[in-house]
Amino acid sequence: MSGTSPTPEDRPVDRAADRAVDRRPAGWWAIVKGLGTVFKQAFRPDNTEQYPKEIAPPPERAHTGRHRLNRHENGLEKCIGCELCAYACPADAIWVEGEDNDPDEPVSPGERYAKDYQINYLRCIMCGLCVEACPTRALTLTSYYEMAFTSREEAIWTKEQLLEPPPPLGTDPVAREGR
Amino acid sequence: MTGIDWVLLVGRVILVFVALLISVLLYIWMERKVIADFQTRTGPMRAGPRGVLVTFADGLKLFFKESISPTNADRPVYLLAPIIATIPAFLAFSVIPFGAPVVIFGRTVPLQLADLNIGVLWVLAMTSIGVYAVVLAGWSSGSNYPLLGAVRSTAQMVSYEVAMSLALVAVIMFSGHLKMSEIVAQQDKVWNVIPQFPAFVVYLICALAEVNRPPFDLAEAESELVAGFHTEYSGIRFALFYLGEYVNTVTVSAIAVTLFLGGWRGWWPFHGAAAWLGPVLWFVLKVTAVIYVYILVRGTLPRMRYDRLMNFGWKYLIPFGLFWVLATGAIVVLPDRYGHRRGAFMAVGIIVAVWLVMSLVKQLLESPRPAPASREGLAT
Repeated sequence: MSGTSPTPEDRPVDRAADRAVDRRPAGWWAIVKGLGTVFKQAFRPDNTEQYPKEIAPPPERAHTGRHRLNRHENGLEKCIGCELCAYACPADAIWVEGEDNDPDEPVSPGERYAKDYQINYLRCIMCGLCVEACPTRALTLTSYYEMAFTSREEAIWTKEQLLEPPPPLGTDPVAREGR
Repeated sequence: MTGIDWVLLVGRVILVFVALLISVLLYIWMERKVIADFQTRTGPMRAGPRGVLVTFADGLKLFFKESISPTNADRPVYLLAPIIATIPAFLAFSVIPFGAPVVIFGRTVPLQLADLNIGVLWVLAMTSIGVYAVVLAGWSSGSNYPLLGAVRSTAQMVSYEVAMSLALVAVIMFSGHLKMSEIVAQQDKVWNVIPQFPAFVVYLICALAEVNRPPFDLAEAESELVAGFHTEYSGIRFALFYLGEYVNTVTVSAIAVTLFLGGWRGWWPFHGAAAWLGPVLWFVLKVTAVIYVYILVRGTLPRMRYDRLMNFGWKYLIPFGLFWVLATGAIVVLPDRYGHRRGAFMAVGIIVAVWLVMSLVKQLLESPRPAPASREGLAT
């Protein structure tokens, strides 16, 4: 062990750092300084949002709220009923029932479409894995977060509801009650 | 005592009682708002304009809640404790003058419930009874956490009462009166806070410990003891504890104002019909300022560890209080006996000498620090 590795003695001593530690206020002065620091906070503007009274618009790219099923520009549904979202869901919140398209009146391009599509928001954990799994970008998240329910049935959103764009924030009847 | 005297007396009693109740409602709201201010929040905003009525709503809720008493509780004592917590808190306020004497129906009425000869002693007596409420509540609940909280707070309140009394003794010696109105009158030129600043600091710290406010709220340390001595109380009985605690804080601040900050004395006298209003406003303003400092302390300092609390009380505050009583004695007596200039010099000399001897003794008593571990012999 004839010293090639640096020992504590060999390391350069940071005297400036030592002095800085010594200069920390001690005892009574630290308390007074702390009181001053807290008092200064009183003059900072408040961060609180008065939520139900004033609703701040969510950030442009926020995708943190409930799902939406999208359509193609020609009106056909993007969902092809593949159930990959249901397989991806860790909370088992999605129920999809696929069916063959009627060639004369197709609901979606291709062979299959979703006959039934339900999301249970009592189970959903908003992880977004379903959106990642979707091969056709049919399922996306919106920024609509007012999802209060008064019964278990209301928590299950059907395909018709999910196809609609979310209403503006602040219009949900249940969430509005506290206003 | 004629009929009008009785009316005036009862009127004052009701006035003080109602004013204290309202001040507690406003004070709890203020505390929540100010703490929120320090944390860049807004605090309660919904009940009434800017949330003024939030305490009223809370009280109303507590009033209608069920009061549960535990099976193990010692019922008579259990029911008595919240009452003991509340009544002395109100009684202690009765000797505080909250305004200059006013003339009503040709009578000079002091704005004070009772100008006792032993005003300061009355305050000490009433605040001591508050300890019983905590002890009885903790003991009679028949539950572990309340008992622990009660044991803690007994030791804490008894210890800090000693230092608080010493601070008050210094003021009494300096002003030469026990009567609250005389102490206020004595401060017409200089407030006691200037010549008695050390006593003021000791009093403020001890008062914090005495009313169990943070950072000395070990009796109800929620992270350790659920809610301390009032864990088993709910509904209106809990509300009584809460009320007593906050009335105590108001009272303790009012005492600080009366003894150290010149009482109701202010700089801008009101004239004419509103002449009585000025002193009252000044009193309210000063009490609010003291309470603001208490809230600032609460917003800043973490709760003290129990052994450090005891160390601080017994090893620092009480010796310092004793020293300051001695120093005040020198300041009061020596100028009278030896003429003002010579006496003042002697007083300062004696104070400095005693201080030096005390710090020397402290140095000698303190165990020497262990020498830093040698680096020699470390493996290389």
